[in-house]
Amino acid sequence: MSTTRTRAGARYLPPGYWCVRLPRFGSLLLHRRTLAVVAGLSVVALLVAALTVVTGAYHLTPVEALRTLVLGTGSDLDRFIVLDQRLPRVLAALLVGAALGAAGAIFQSVSRNPLGSPDIIGFTTGAATGGLLIILLGGSVTSMTIGAGTIVGGAITALAVVLISLRRGLSGDRLVLGGIAISAILASVNDYLLSRSAIEEAEVAKAWQHGSLNAISWQPLLPLVLVAAIAIPASLLHVRNLRILELGDDTAAGVGLGLTRTRVTALTIGVALTAIAVATAGPIGFLALAAPQLARRLSRSPGVSVLASTAMGALLLIIADLAAQRVLSPFQIPVGLVTAAVGGAYLIWLLVFSRQQSARPSRSPG
Amino acid sequence: MSPLSLTSSREHVVEDRHREAPRRRRGVAAGVFLLGAGIVVLLFFLSLAIGSKPLSFPDVWHGLTTMDGSRESIIVWQLRMPRTVLAVLVGAALAVAGVMMQALTRNPLAEPGLLGVNSGAAFVVVLSITVLGATGIGTNLWFAFLGSALAAGFVYGISIRRTHASDHARLVLAGAALTACLGSLTGIMTMFNTEVFSSYRFWVIGSVAERGTEPLVAITPFVLVGLVLALACGPMLNALALGDEQATSLGVRLAVIRGLAFASITLLCGAATAAAGPIAFVGLVVPHALRLVVGVEQRVLLSLSLIAGPALVLAADIIGRIVAPPGELEVGLVTAFIGAPVLLALIMRRRSS
Repeated sequence: MSTTRTRAGARYLPPGYWCVRLPRFGSLLLHRRTLAVVAGLSVVALLVAALTVVTGAYHLTPVEALRTLVLGTGSDLDRFIVLDQRLPRVLAALLVGAALGAAGAIFQSVSRNPLGSPDIIGFTTGAATGGLLIILLGGSVTSMTIGAGTIVGGAITALAVVLISLRRGLSGDRLVLGGIAISAILASVNDYLLSRSAIEEAEVAKAWQHGSLNAISWQPLLPLVLVAAIAIPASLLHVRNLRILELGDDTAAGVGLGLTRTRVTALTIGVALTAIAVATAGPIGFLALAAPQLARRLSRSPGVSVLASTAMGALLLIIADLAAQRVLSPFQIPVGLVTAAVGGAYLIWLLVFSRQQSARPSRSPG
Repeated sequence: MSPLSLTSSREHVVEDRHREAPRRRRGVAAGVFLLGAGIVVLLFFLSLAIGSKPLSFPDVWHGLTTMDGSRESIIVWQLRMPRTVLAVLVGAALAVAGVMMQALTRNPLAEPGLLGVNSGAAFVVVLSITVLGATGIGTNLWFAFLGSALAAGFVYGISIRRTHASDHARLVLAGAALTACLGSLTGIMTMFNTEVFSSYRFWVIGSVAERGTEPLVAITPFVLVGLVLALACGPMLNALALGDEQATSLGVRLAVIRGLAFASITLLCGAATAAAGPIAFVGLVVPHALRLVVGVEQRVLLSLSLIAGPALVLAADIIGRIVAPPGELEVGLVTAFIGAPVLLALIMRRRSS
């Protein structure tokens, strides 16, 4: 678009965009409002993160906590609480949120459907089933085995749903309804597994089943950091191809995009992000659904923005985790329950009020 | 959000009616009714006979008729009779509610479980237990009514907001979202209270076993009122299938039929959920299976649901007792395994939009 010339002979720039000239790589078109939104969301997310670190149930004034954090002063217990309990938890919340936000944006973009998220296609419920089976039936319960169980369970479920809805073309309806049907079976299985185990095990499994950051430490954070550090930049580099893909298969192929290669790359990144998030924190509901949509509405961008969605995911999860810790303190609610309750309500709101939405011409997926 | 559209089945309904000879249909319906009644009686006796202590039919008959305190009569009357009768009541209630919901929303995928009505009832019941400390089937029942009325009103509100005939998937999605939302809130509440969680995790699967006679007695009048209301709605539901304008021109008052149907659905779903927990898919499977055999006449569908619903729930309960000895599978689990494939088949059969 940047090469189209107006009558005056000046370079045409769509309203609301910045054009950044890069010496070697041509030019980059940036949606101004999206950039502002990303900056704003990131700042707020970091502020909330800081607030989460310096406050809490443990008696430590914010100033002391800050000093412990920055200078490493204070007693051993102070350092343990701040550096080994609160800090990894906050990092995990930010990273898991960012990973789910980015993954949601990728899925929604590739499926051209605002409902194409891991929750709707059954990944979340299947992951819970896999994890529950490991916790309740398998003997060895480590974060490694549970993580493996969730990933396998989620992947098998998502694959089954996609295969079912593939018949006669992948339509949004069938994807959604197939996901709901498979999820209904698995939800029954989950309930059954819970009812068949000893009450102590069931309590543990229940807390985990809904996704929780309560007992996170530095050790499980390492794989999360590694995968996020690779996959999130990779997804950002892939945005341009996704944007072209959203124009439709014919157009995208016409401008020389390898359709299958683009899709497979995008989905691989998305699945990797979802899998590492679920393995770290358990299935966190509806975040991947809500973050891209909220980000899009806030930034008024024409399509789903991966960057804005990443920032939005991080902010949503850090806020949800703060609420999960503090609202009913000293009880710790699993953060996945908070996101599912709020996200479910948001989805209902979308369904009720999206009529004006669809009347507005937009290039949004779907 | 435009991809949510499915083609309406209303055209088929009208076509079907013209094509099929009504008289033959009525004969088929009568045959199905008799056959179904026979099956229900058979299942009723099987349900009394099968269990961890199998009884022969003569033993069952002996236990039924004598009531002399012998082992057979105790097993039959105190252990198996309540769950069998409860299965019959719950099955009839859920199946009829499913027919009503599908007719009222003109959505073939409408079902109390899928649309979140059961989870609404569950949510309000757990809320009342947690906040008010309300226990006992008597109070729970009223809260279950309240919850199912709120949830049914909510999804119904969504369905009439959209006059477009293309929102079948959207309504189901709204139900799933409602279930997720309320389920999470219920989960948060059960988390604080191990005692509530302990009983909740058994209740939430949906089971007719070990509920005793108390809930049975409590829900029976409400189920009966709900069923009578539903049967009274039958003729008006037929007119409603033609569309709001057509129905009005045929003399149906929309507000009346909607109010009656709504009251009936609330009573049936609330009572069934209060007594047995949320049991999904009965309201989906039964109407679709019947429609394949007897067509779309609502009065016939409603009366046959009274037979087919109990048959399905009884069969599911008996299957659950057989497949996993020495334990049992809850009836809600079995119906989910029977019903979800039916839902998948319905989805696959629909044309791509």
